[in-house]
Amino acid sequence: MDLKQSTLDKIDQLVPRYPDMRSAALPLCHLVQEDLGYLSNESIEWIAKRLELEPINISEIVTFYPMLKTAAPGRYQVRVCRTLSCALAGAYKTCKQFEEAFDCKVGSTSDDGLVSLEYVECHADCGRAPVVMVGEKEYTGVKTDEANELIEKIKSGTVETE
Amino acid sequence: MAIEEKRLILKYADQEGYTNDIDCYIKHGGYEALKKGFQMKPEDICQEVLDSGVRGRGGAGFPAGMKWKFLDRKSGKPIYLICNADESEPGTFKDRQIIHKDPHQLIEGMLCSAYAIQAKLAFIYIRGEFFEGYKILERAIEEARAKNFLGDNILGSDYSCDIIVHRGAGAYICGEETGLIESLEGKRANPRIKPPYFPAALGLYQCPTIVNNVETLCDVKHVITMGSKEFANIGTPGNTGTRIWCVSGHVQKPGYYEFPCAGVTLGELIYDVCGGLLPGRKLKAVIPGGSSSKILRADERFKGKKKDGTEFDWGIEDIPMDFDSLSLVGSMSGSGGVIIMDDSTDMVEALANINYFYAHESCGQCTPCREGVPWMKKITTRMCSGGAREEDVDLLKSIADQIEGRTICAFGEAASWPVQSFIAKFKDEFEAKAKEQALLRKQGEDTAKETSLI
Ligand SMILES: Cc1cc2nc3c(=O)[nH]c(=O)nc-3n(C[C@H](O)[C@H](O)[C@H](O)COP(=O)(O)O)c2cc1C
Ligand code: SF4
Ligand code: FES
Repeated sequence: MDLKQSTLDKIDQLVPRYPDMRSAALPLCHLVQEDLGYLSNESIEWIAKRLELEPINISEIVTFYPMLKTAAPGRYQVRVCRTLSCALAGAYKTCKQFEEAFDCKVGSTSDDGLVSLEYVECHADCGRAPVVMVGEKEYTGVKTDEANELIEKIKSGTVETE
Repeated sequence: MAIEEKRLILKYADQEGYTNDIDCYIKHGGYEALKKGFQMKPEDICQEVLDSGVRGRGGAGFPAGMKWKFLDRKSGKPIYLICNADESEPGTFKDRQIIHKDPHQLIEGMLCSAYAIQAKLAFIYIRGEFFEGYKILERAIEEARAKNFLGDNILGSDYSCDIIVHRGAGAYICGEETGLIESLEGKRANPRIKPPYFPAALGLYQCPTIVNNVETLCDVKHVITMGSKEFANIGTPGNTGTRIWCVSGHVQKPGYYEFPCAGVTLGELIYDVCGGLLPGRKLKAVIPGGSSSKILRADERFKGKKKDGTEFDWGIEDIPMDFDSLSLVGSMSGSGGVIIMDDSTDMVEALANINYFYAHESCGQCTPCREGVPWMKKITTRMCSGGAREEDVDLLKSIADQIEGRTICAFGEAASWPVQSFIAKFKDEFEAKAKEQALLRKQGEDTAKETSLI
C-alpha cells in the first residue's frame, strides 16, 4: 500500500474521533480512494486491518455505495444527473452529446481512458438543471452549448475538476 | 412581482458582500443565540422548541419538540445529535444553500440543539457528492473551534460538544434516518425496523439519538433568538415558521424561495414568484414535495374539510403552501421540492424517470421493495420504448399497492406513491400510450418513439 503521508495523517487524526472505530470505515474508503483512484482488494484489506475489522466488512460497503469504485476510472469522471428535474431540462440530450463526443456509452470508460461517463441521481441543485459533475466540480445549466464547451475543455485538458 | 419573499433562514445567504466565514457571521449577530441559550436551562430550550410548533423540514413534518421529548434520558447512555444533510430527495436543494452560504447558522443551530438535548457529540451526515459543502463545513467547524463556540467548555459554560462531518457515498437511502445511522456506524445503509429502533430510544450505537434536517436545526436557532411565541406568529397555527420552496422544472425562474408557511399559494409561487411557465405552455402537473409526494393535476378541484371544520374548495393555484394544506389535497409538503411540469410532458416518461430512481435506490432488504420497485421500473421503461400493453396500468397499480405498508422503511411508500398517484390522475395517458402502440403494431410500424425523460 502506497498511501501518501498526508492521507495517513488524515486517517490517524480521524479514526480516534469516533466513539466506535468501525464508523471510520466509510471516511477511510473515501480517503484511500481519493489517494489511489479506486479501492483494490489490497486497499480493502488494508482498511479492514486498520480498523480491526474483517475484509468483508469493508467489501460490503464498497459494493453498496455508488461513489466507491473497485476499478480505475477514466482521467475525468463525468457524472450526468438524469433525475426528473434535470431530465425535464434536457439532461438525457446532454448525456448523448457526451456519449458521442467521447465515443463512450454511459456507464463505461472511453477506450482511450479519458472519461468515465455515468448517470447519477439528483444532485440537489435542480433549480440549475441540467447538472453535470466533472471530478469534484459541479457544472450547472449544461444544455447543448454548455455541453459542447465542456467537451472541448475536457478534450484539451483544461477543464476544472475541483 | 407582487409577492415578496420573507426570509428567515436564508436572510443573509444571498446578500451582496455576505460571506460564509465566521467573522461575517458574527458581524451579522451570529452566535448570539448560543450565548442566549447558555443562559437558559436545557429543558427550557426543549420546551421553547415544543411551544414554537416547529415541524421537521426533512420530509415527514414531525414536530421537532415532540421528537426531542421522546428521548430516552433514563438509560444513562450518551445522547447523540445528527444533522441530516443527505439532501437526496429529488427536487430538493435548500440544505445546499444553507451549507454553502451560511454554514455557521447550521453549526449554531446544532450547538443550541445539542445543548438542549445534552448531547456531547454531534454529527453532520452530508451526502458524498457535496464535495465543496464538505470542505466549507470542515473549515467552519475549525473556525468555530478556534473561537471556542465548539469543543471543550464552550464559552465557559462547562458544556462541551464536538461536531464531526461525516460524508455519505451516493446512496439515497442514507437520508432515511435509521439507514443514516447504520451508515454512520460503518455499515450498509439498511434501515432498521421501528419499533423498536426509534432513534430517540435506540439510535446511534444503540444510544438515544436525535436526527433532524439541516433546515429544522437552523429553525431552532431562530426559536431561541425570537422566542417561541414570536416564531409561532410566523405562518399559521400548526404550520409555524418559514419554508424554503425549491422550484424546478418548467418555469421561467426556477430557484429557492422562502416564505412563511401558508404565506404563498402554489399559483403565486408558479406565476408571480417564478415568472410563470415557458412561453406558449400550459401547466399540466405539479409534484409539490419532492419526487415521493403525490402528483397534483392542474385541472383538479380539491374539496373537503379542514381540521377546524371549515370547508375548502381549491383549484391547484389556490393551494396554500404549508404542511397541512398540501396533505389536505392528498399530497405532502415533504422536503419542499416543487417540480413543475407543463403540457409538453409525457406523463408515462415522467413516471418512468421516477421509477428508475427508486429502482436504483432500494436498499434491497424487503422483498416487496427489492422486487417490486425494479418491476415497476421495467414496466414503465418498456412502455416508453414501444412495448406498452393495455394491462400495464392495472399491473403497475397492483404492484404499488402491494409494496405500500409492507416494508421496513418508508421508502416503500416513497416509491409507491408516485406510481399510485400518476395512475390515479393520468390513467388516460397510460392507456392511450398502449392503444397508440397497438395500432402502430397492427400497421406494421415502429412503436418506439424518441424519449426525453428516460
Ligand atoms: C426514503 C427516505 C429518504 C429520506 N431522505 C431524507 C433526506 O435526504 N434529508 C432529510 O433531512 N430527511 C430525509 N428523510 C427523512 C428522515 O428519515 C428523517 O425523518 C428526517 O431527517 C428527520 O428530520 P426532521 O424531523 O427535522 O425533518 C428521508 C426519509 C425517507 C423514508
Ligand atoms: S423499504 Fe426498501 S429501502 Fe426501505 S428497508 Fe425495505 S428494501 Fe430497504
Ligand atoms: S434532478 Fe438533477 S440536480 Fe436534482
